[in-house]
Amino acid sequence: MILVVDLCYRPGSLSAYEFVDPITAIVRGSGRDVRTCHYAQVDAALAGAAEAVILCGTALRDQGYAGHPDRFAWIRGCARPVFGICAGLQVIGRAFGGSLAACTEIGMTPVRVVRDDPLFADRAHFEAYTLHSIALDPPAELEVLAVSGACVQAVRHRTRPIGGVLFHPEVRNPWIVERFLECSLQ
Amino acid sequence: MRLGVLCSGGKDSLFACWRAMQKEEVACLITVVSRNPESYMFHTPNIRLAALQADAAGLPLVEVVTAGVEEAELDDLARAIGIAVADYDIEGVVSGAILSVYQAARIQRICHTLGLWCFNPLWHTDQQAYMEALVDAGFGVLVSGVFSEPFDERWLGRVIDRAAIDDLRTFARTHRISLTGEGGELETFVFDAPFFSRRIEVVDAAVSYRNFRGTYRIRNARLVEK
Repeated sequence: MILVVDLCYRPGSLSAYEFVDPITAIVRGSGRDVRTCHYAQVDAALAGAAEAVILCGTALRDQGYAGHPDRFAWIRGCARPVFGICAGLQVIGRAFGGSLAACTEIGMTPVRVVRDDPLFADRAHFEAYTLHSIALDPPAELEVLAVSGACVQAVRHRTRPIGGVLFHPEVRNPWIVERFLECSLQ
Repeated sequence: MRLGVLCSGGKDSLFACWRAMQKEEVACLITVVSRNPESYMFHTPNIRLAALQADAAGLPLVEVVTAGVEEAELDDLARAIGIAVADYDIEGVVSGAILSVYQAARIQRICHTLGLWCFNPLWHTDQQAYMEALVDAGFGVLVSGVFSEPFDERWLGRVIDRAAIDDLRTFARTHRISLTGEGGELETFVFDAPFFSRRIEVVDAAVSYRNFRGTYRIRNARLVEK
């Protein structure tokens, strides 16, 4: 079972159609079982029971998740693969001591891969849909995999199967989510 | 949260409105009427009838006219949204965007600049499931424009029902159209919705069709009891 975590402003919100359902559809399309939960309902036991965890993005104005870092404390100890998207990347970064800074990108954006990683399947660059007003300044434990002209777009943990992207792969790049599942569940 | 719904009069914006009503408070509809028939953002054949839809839904309508010059028309959209903020105290905007990054990114930028929430509850939705949900929920939708092969004249004014969805699914396979018309292959007009207190009856319409392109322009319509 893949645990898809909804980071939107409340369970079952209007934003879930936009930021959670498309991710769930990609995972289902890969032939895997999905369970969707709001972040307020996720703990170490639930995350540990999943094969992998995906933390979804939120609306541009929705930063409620950032006010509850304690809700994401389980990430540091999680032995399962964890993949963050936009807001999901931010909570992963903060869980490992990274900081956030204002940085807005909206729309299709060139992304350049700066470090080989199976996630990108040998692609050196691609266009991705960005929708963020905050970027991650990653901590030392996370290495930078890809960047845009404005900020870090992808990171991974140096020793554990944890990482994520700032752009929204559900738009134009579903292969990123599929690669995460393929690579982390081999 | 009080929201304004961007309304073209078509199925996507009004289904998005319905979803928004189930989760938040819809305070008004917002329509931009373009004088440019080639407008990427706003042109639809029966946009003027959004006022009748707003009446049927019991919602106020914010309507702004644009010359429809690319990119400059976005200023008019921002102006319309600004009016909705001032008059109806909205905190966010809802659109019926499904796949168009062009439209979605522009609406997102306007909302960001104005400090508003932006919701796209049909974004990357399963198109088959969406079309079936539309019919099952009781939306009355007719085809108001066709703009590609293989649509013939009989599609103009046709009501979207299960049989029409089956035909669209066939066309999606044989002609690679999108099931929802998201690629601009067809446009629709909503004459009834679960949140309409009355439905819209078309009294008179003009059909224009040539070379797989045509419109069903509603010249006269009225609200009637459901």
